[in-house]
Amino acid sequence: MQKTLTKKEYQKYVDEKSPNSKVLRNVVRAFVVGGTICIIGQFISNLLKMKGLGQDETASLTSILMISIGALLTGLNVYDDIGRFAGAGSIVPITGFANSIVSPAMEFKSEGYVMGVGAKMFVIAGPVLVYGISASVIAGIIHFLLR
Amino acid sequence: MATKRIGKQTVKLQNPPSIIATACIVGPKEGEGPLRLYFDEIIDDELFGEKTWEKAESKLMRETFAKVLKKANKTAEDIDYIIAGDLLNQCLAANFGLRESEVPFFGVYGACSTMAESMSIGSMLVDGNFADNVVCLTSSHFCSAEKQFRFPLELGTQRPPTAQWTVTGSGGAVISNKGNGPYITHITTGKIVDMGIKDVNNMGAAMAPAAMDTIVTHFMDTGFTPEDYDLIVTGDLGAVGKEICDELTREQGYNISKVYNDCGLMIYDRQKQDTHAGGSGCGCSATVFAGFIYKKLLEGVINKVLFVATGALLSTTSSQQGESIPCIAHAVSISNTIS
Repeated sequence: MQKTLTKKEYQKYVDEKSPNSKVLRNVVRAFVVGGTICIIGQFISNLLKMKGLGQDETASLTSILMISIGALLTGLNVYDDIGRFAGAGSIVPITGFANSIVSPAMEFKSEGYVMGVGAKMFVIAGPVLVYGISASVIAGIIHFLLR
Repeated sequence: MATKRIGKQTVKLQNPPSIIATACIVGPKEGEGPLRLYFDEIIDDELFGEKTWEKAESKLMRETFAKVLKKANKTAEDIDYIIAGDLLNQCLAANFGLRESEVPFFGVYGACSTMAESMSIGSMLVDGNFADNVVCLTSSHFCSAEKQFRFPLELGTQRPPTAQWTVTGSGGAVISNKGNGPYITHITTGKIVDMGIKDVNNMGAAMAPAAMDTIVTHFMDTGFTPEDYDLIVTGDLGAVGKEICDELTREQGYNISKVYNDCGLMIYDRQKQDTHAGGSGCGCSATVFAGFIYKKLLEGVINKVLFVATGALLSTTSSQQGESIPCIAHAVSISNTIS
């Protein structure tokens, strides 16, 4: 046997051998698709305001509509294709949040509505909710103390 | 004293059993790949008429078993053992797919190395006169594997370029003490090798050292050289792992480049089919062997093959706990002639 690599040397060798993601391409795609989703949201928001809705109602209804669109596109097996192309561009907007809840719900429907859909629905969004809400509570406490 | 052992990890079969038939069924994506003409059946619906992915994979296994019996001109009563396994927890596809087979059954788990593992055990059973006919069988399914190991199918994520695509398909072989080849002549059983790779999206790199270890050990134990083989084929190292395995093996003094290929690279057109580094899964090496390699052996286009299926022995729990990926590779030497 010749010289064998240590684990550290092998990791370094693998890093050199493994192609990296095409960062620039992915960033451009994410920007274009993410931007487009936001423009659609803005368009809906402006439309609702034109119809005479107030600021609060417009914001709530826009979110509801964007979530519905995300959920619908997930159900139609389209959102995963958008995601494969856009990466973070379609994960970060609220439509991506809808996708992260609807996709496990669809996937685990075969295990029933309680142990499948119910238990697994938040398997991806769950951590986001836990730490998002926790962070907002901490921010709220700091805000209260500094007031 | 074990009389059939040579070297550290190899068995030389004294009455080399024959592979008398193979069969395979693949999914729609594999059916669009470069090997489509070699598969026995291509299903056009990934659910295969079932309600769940798990049932679909079990059905793949069951139908492949029926097909391979038919091609071997045998009935279930002629079969002494089935040795089968798959990727799903508790080997769900094999246990449920074969529960009505009425044949003594050994369930094995070697991750994606399962086909070579089952063929190794099967041919030793036949050579040792413990069985006349053994069926070796395995399967994987893209959708059930994604569900168990990764994310829901409809989740919009991007895969890194080193990621691989789990093959939907099942492959099986009948190993018999009567037949005119191709013969299984040597078996080199792999040991678990862990070089510390933790990236579950780079299984090829994790498995490559295990493949190298088994290939080099096979050469040292048997005295064979790369020139003795028409084809040395690893299971599912993909583009990254294949290159690493090739280089590591060369560093050990064996240049296999001329005869070396990887089932994960053979089964898909990577550019057109968006499969990144290539195919993976138990079904990858099983269908490429049962569909393509076996037929090329029968045609005499190739006469001696070293079939090295590779497996990453991780679990979802181990990777969440930050563990590296232990890997294994099993080699089966198949020849049209007995030397």
